Amino acid sequence: MSENDVKVQSKLLRGARRTLTGLHPALESVLAALIGLLIGALLMYIWGYNPWKAYWALLQGAYSGGYEWASTLSRATPLILTALTFSVCVRAGMFNIGAEGQMFMGAMAAICIALFKLPVGLHLLVGLLFAAVAGALWSVVPAVLKVTRGVSEVISTIMFNWIARWLALYIAIYILVDPSRAEKTLTIPVTARFPILMRGTDFSYSFLLSVFVALVLYFVLWHTTMGYEVRAAGLNPTAARYGGIRNKRTMIVSFLLGGVTAGLAGAAIVMGMPPSYAAFGGGAFPELTNIGFDGMAVAMVGRNHPIGILLAAVLFGGLNAGGRVMQFYGSNPVPLEMVRIVMGAIVLAMSIPELIRLFPMAKAHGQRLIERLRRRPATKEGSA
Amino acid sequence: MNWIDLLGLLRIALHAMVPITLTAVGEIVTETSGLFNIGLEGILLISAFVGVIGAKIGGPAAGLLLGMGVGAAIGFIFAVINTYWKGTQMVTGIGINLFAMGLVAFGLIQLGAPGFHAVPRDVQLIKWKTAMGAMSPLILVALLTPLLIHWFLKHTRAGLILKAAGEMPEAADVAGINVNRVRLWAATFGGALAGLAGAYMSVAWIGSVTKDISAGRGFIALATVVFSGLNPLLALLGGFIFGFFQGLAEWVKTLPSKPIPSQFVSMLPYIVTLLVVSGVIGRVRFPKALGEPYKRE
Repeated sequence: MSENDVKVQSKLLRGARRTLTGLHPALESVLAALIGLLIGALLMYIWGYNPWKAYWALLQGAYSGGYEWASTLSRATPLILTALTFSVCVRAGMFNIGAEGQMFMGAMAAICIALFKLPVGLHLLVGLLFAAVAGALWSVVPAVLKVTRGVSEVISTIMFNWIARWLALYIAIYILVDPSRAEKTLTIPVTARFPILMRGTDFSYSFLLSVFVALVLYFVLWHTTMGYEVRAAGLNPTAARYGGIRNKRTMIVSFLLGGVTAGLAGAAIVMGMPPSYAAFGGGAFPELTNIGFDGMAVAMVGRNHPIGILLAAVLFGGLNAGGRVMQFYGSNPVPLEMVRIVMGAIVLAMSIPELIRLFPMAKAHGQRLIERLRRRPATKEGSA
Repeated sequence: MNWIDLLGLLRIALHAMVPITLTAVGEIVTETSGLFNIGLEGILLISAFVGVIGAKIGGPAAGLLLGMGVGAAIGFIFAVINTYWKGTQMVTGIGINLFAMGLVAFGLIQLGAPGFHAVPRDVQLIKWKTAMGAMSPLILVALLTPLLIHWFLKHTRAGLILKAAGEMPEAADVAGINVNRVRLWAATFGGALAGLAGAYMSVAWIGSVTKDISAGRGFIALATVVFSGLNPLLALLGGFIFGFFQGLAEWVKTLPSKPIPSQFVSMLPYIVTLLVVSGVIGRVRFPKALGEPYKRE
């Protein structure tokens, strides 16, 4: 690289940095989302679909009217909660990918309330309590293993996800099974369901629960001592320890907080999602599966901030809701799975820090390449 | 339990060992160089899928090669993001896993039935007839690869360069080693081995591909790496232990009398993984610069 090129490149980088300071994080999320959609479009094109038609159907199905918005927000509800699970632990410096399993346990615990009768309201609260406790309990062991034995939470939480999945299947088939329909669990009684917010849709008050939990976590993380300790431990564990913060305690606290929100996500699905109000063990839980993993994508696009997560969940809820429309869209039915491909691509793009800088870098590379190509024919002519 | 049953169990265990050992040895090379790829699960999944496509086009060998190539490509992309672009390795890995889950589920729908695709018998890799029954030739590969990698890491100059890049990238850089390039090739190699493991699962072992064919094996391989302390020979042992319990789970399920509900049997490999990892963790020492992008001052 010549001296001039270095100068050009650094100038380009500085320019990009100056204009984007402040807007930076949000803009990067938007850029990552666009890259993800672009990769999805490319794959659709390769497979012979029309990406424009598909995305148009998706957009229509997600944001074109009241019913569509209700569907989007309803899909966003559990994603907000599982995203919070991931982000609390990231704030504490850990990668908790166990939301999936904790959510399964929360859902099973919530279904337990179908076994007894309670007055309206109280019944719902007891269900939420059960789910929160179950989610927290399922997150305790990985947290303790991390603190006492130094076991990587990435490995232990994934193992717990698989154990939870099989345990939930066992519970759904042998313990909480609906005696009249073996493929599903007991149905949550009417007294414990979240009321529907908008008639004729599956949008229920569970959405308000997840917004409430997000706001509470925002308050806890940014306006309490405990939250300060969690964030300090995440930013620099050594400095936090010198500052008198007990890192082990904050690790366990953040895992427990995450477990609670993941458990509530399970409850929000089984108690707030019409028309089934149950889990389907027979189909290996189509309504629960992957909500925990999708939540990680939501958390990253939301920059692990509760408010950002609310916004990102609207995007991903929209992808899921619109994806359902897209897969039945006339001549161009793209399977719903495309949505998860897009999510994965978005997360891949998110993992590149200062994504925006890749553009000036690419430009500089391109300029160098063009110059080299120009020079080559010239030297050839000279030699001839 | 008679001897035939026991041999059957051993046969399943050896077959189940292959993907875990291959993936773990590949990850050992990657981690020695200082990168931490948790996208192995996704690589296994995608390469199991493309392995089937390759096998249908050009036979089992083509399937294995295509799986390996795609695995290497994903490893390469992972490495580019996390060396030259200074990415966050955990997030990249999670992205690969999510992407793979979507891609394979999507691809299976394109191939016909959602969620499942059988590999025609004539394009599956042939198994050798031995005294113990039909054995896949790749078992031999899985037994030899750790020995080869062990020799490579311990006794070659390239192996030493790899270690230097992971232990002390600054010193390696001063000694004229291109740290990022070393890591790039290490992660590509790790991805290729994981890709071979994935293609093996569909083309040479199970004979079908489902959308959760990897079933956590990528993470079990990560646990095996932890267990081995970056020693390929111990990874072979660890792979056999995990393979044995997976085999045990499969084998218990085939018993005519059902002593335990099958759901609990299916949990067994994961519980064993947890126990083993929490048992050994104290003594393990990882490369100093593991997981950190190398930035020149």
